[in-house]
Amino acid sequence: MSDLFSLTVLLGILGTGIRLATPYLYAAIGETFSQRSGVLNLGVEGIMLMGALSGFYMGVTTGNLWIGLLAAAFVGLLMGLMMAFVSVTLQATQGISGIGLHLFGLGLSTLLFKTMLQGRVESISGFQPIRIPLLADIPYLGEVLFNHNIMVYFAFLLVPVANFVLNKTTFGLSVRAVGQNPESADSLGVNVNLVRYTTVSIGGILAGIAGASLSLALINLFQENMTSGIGFIAVALVYFGGWRPWGVLAGALLFSMVNALQLWIQVLGIQIPSDIAVMMPYILTILALAFAVNRTRAPAALTKAFNRGEN
Amino acid sequence: MNNKPTVDINQDTSKKQFSIKRPFANIRPEYKRLLSRTFEALLPLIAVPLALLVGAGMLLALGVNPWEAYGAMVQGAFGNMSGFTQTLVKATPLLLVGLGVTIAFRGGVINIGGEGQILVGGLAATALAVGFPTVSGWILLPACMLGATLAGAVWGGIPGVLKARVGVNEILSTVMMNAIALQLANYLLRGPMIDPEEIERGTRIAQSALLPAQVWLPRLIPRTLLHSGAILAVILAVLVYIFLWRTTTGYRIRAVGLNALASRYAGIQVPVFQALALVLGGAFAGLAGGIEVLGIQHRMVEGMSGGYGFSGIVAALFGKLHPLGLIPASVLFGGLLVGGDRMQRAVQVPSAMIMALMGLVVLFVVSSEIWARRRARRREMNE
Repeated sequence: MSDLFSLTVLLGILGTGIRLATPYLYAAIGETFSQRSGVLNLGVEGIMLMGALSGFYMGVTTGNLWIGLLAAAFVGLLMGLMMAFVSVTLQATQGISGIGLHLFGLGLSTLLFKTMLQGRVESISGFQPIRIPLLADIPYLGEVLFNHNIMVYFAFLLVPVANFVLNKTTFGLSVRAVGQNPESADSLGVNVNLVRYTTVSIGGILAGIAGASLSLALINLFQENMTSGIGFIAVALVYFGGWRPWGVLAGALLFSMVNALQLWIQVLGIQIPSDIAVMMPYILTILALAFAVNRTRAPAALTKAFNRGEN
Repeated sequence: MNNKPTVDINQDTSKKQFSIKRPFANIRPEYKRLLSRTFEALLPLIAVPLALLVGAGMLLALGVNPWEAYGAMVQGAFGNMSGFTQTLVKATPLLLVGLGVTIAFRGGVINIGGEGQILVGGLAATALAVGFPTVSGWILLPACMLGATLAGAVWGGIPGVLKARVGVNEILSTVMMNAIALQLANYLLRGPMIDPEEIERGTRIAQSALLPAQVWLPRLIPRTLLHSGAILAVILAVLVYIFLWRTTTGYRIRAVGLNALASRYAGIQVPVFQALALVLGGAFAGLAGGIEVLGIQHRMVEGMSGGYGFSGIVAALFGKLHPLGLIPASVLFGGLLVGGDRMQRAVQVPSAMIMALMGLVVLFVVSSEIWARRRARRREMNE
């Protein structure tokens, strides 16, 4: 056990954890917008899969990763709009419509993978690490914090941006008002459904990018059902983070650090069955949901459809 | 209730009245009510043709003749004896999981943990059967089924208790329990529960030893996979119907699901019945897992849950969350799953398309609820 706590290993865990947090951050920050406006989008996983596939496909065929990223965002937007139409306009039960969207994304991404890519798993050279000069030269921490690919930097930049948008802009105020009390927001002239369409679309775009961050930066390939639960965990992280971007960041980091620890335990050959080790982050999430979440912070209108003049 | 548009006095009021006339306005009220209820009951049925229509678009985009593909699908699932028995084989876990989903949804909780509950159910049945190979089938088979049911109940009960005690969102906790069950199954099937023969041969396929033959569920038709679990599932569907509509506990579960606040005022302990709904939901999915092992593979294999945890939700919704509606619904979706495989062989379209179509069915069914709600509201306003 002693070598688990050596400096190199600890720094390695830190670095891996930061990289692993990327897809969770995109997806969970997007979901934060959606939930703060009162829409629970449980279809994040399905959107991520479609984003991962379309990003990978466009990246491979055009040879330009940025076009891939754009395609992933666009597909995410389309699926977000689908979710918004079903949940906001048609006022469907949100937990279930999310499952529908997930199954749709899972099935369609597999179908397209097997037809357009002939089901071949091939890796590509994804976004390469960018060393930030000077900062990366800081002893020990520099390499860990400032030698990542662009998707990682963007993911972490997204947190303060989202925090600013939600708390310091008029749009953010509308989002929070719509999620807390849509009737009052409506009476003050806020277009409730428009705000919700916007936030669910933002969530969709970011979920698409989250998928692409897997297939273009973290794993650099596409595989059937490659997200394997990341989207669902991202939804849980929003609860965990108390519907606040900084809280979501803390949750994502905690979760991915445990994940990184688990990976390093396997690398170092410590005798814990790997399947049991993989369980740890999930058990941790359940425990965190049970004991660490301040539920009073939940948007009051979460999962409640708005029906003008009915309530 | 106060959203009636203020009538503009300058406008011709007679014209106004004409414009708000609804179709069927001249029909006698009792017929009208019947018509509207039939409409509501049949609304989800449109979801499948609609999804198939979208699927036809996908097939065209893939350069496949939809007529040919769907023909292969229907022929494969319902066209001959072997296909149809296969359909019933797939319908069995769908029905069982769907019953669990139905109870949970009726209690106002969403159980997405079917996949994990199936796995632990299968593991429990396997462990009992492999652990006591000499016990008579008359004791061992019921014990295996009971073990599977209990394991599923525990797996559904953990989210249930967490919801009742500390208010953890059951959607999230059941999803986490799925991931944990998957890892648990992987661990057990590669380690402690692996078939000793796999180690001897060095192939190390992650599967359990073959179960002793006395626990194999009897086959209904020789040379097919159709086993007696199918009959058990139908009997259970009837029992669940009786439970939900003819017992006090079932009534309370439904009351909690319909209106938690009113139930609380009526003195029903809402958290208890929500937890119970999740426990029962898990129990049925666990039993489904046990029956899959005892009836088909006769051993626990990797990936045994086969997505039934999700497709069971689709079947339950399509059956309008009614145990008896679920019977035809699970046969239909069992047929879709079998037909998808046949379609893959006939026209080389990956069977994953069926999953995409199931997702669309869910979206269409939940979206169609808006009409039922609007009608209910209109009735309320008229009274």
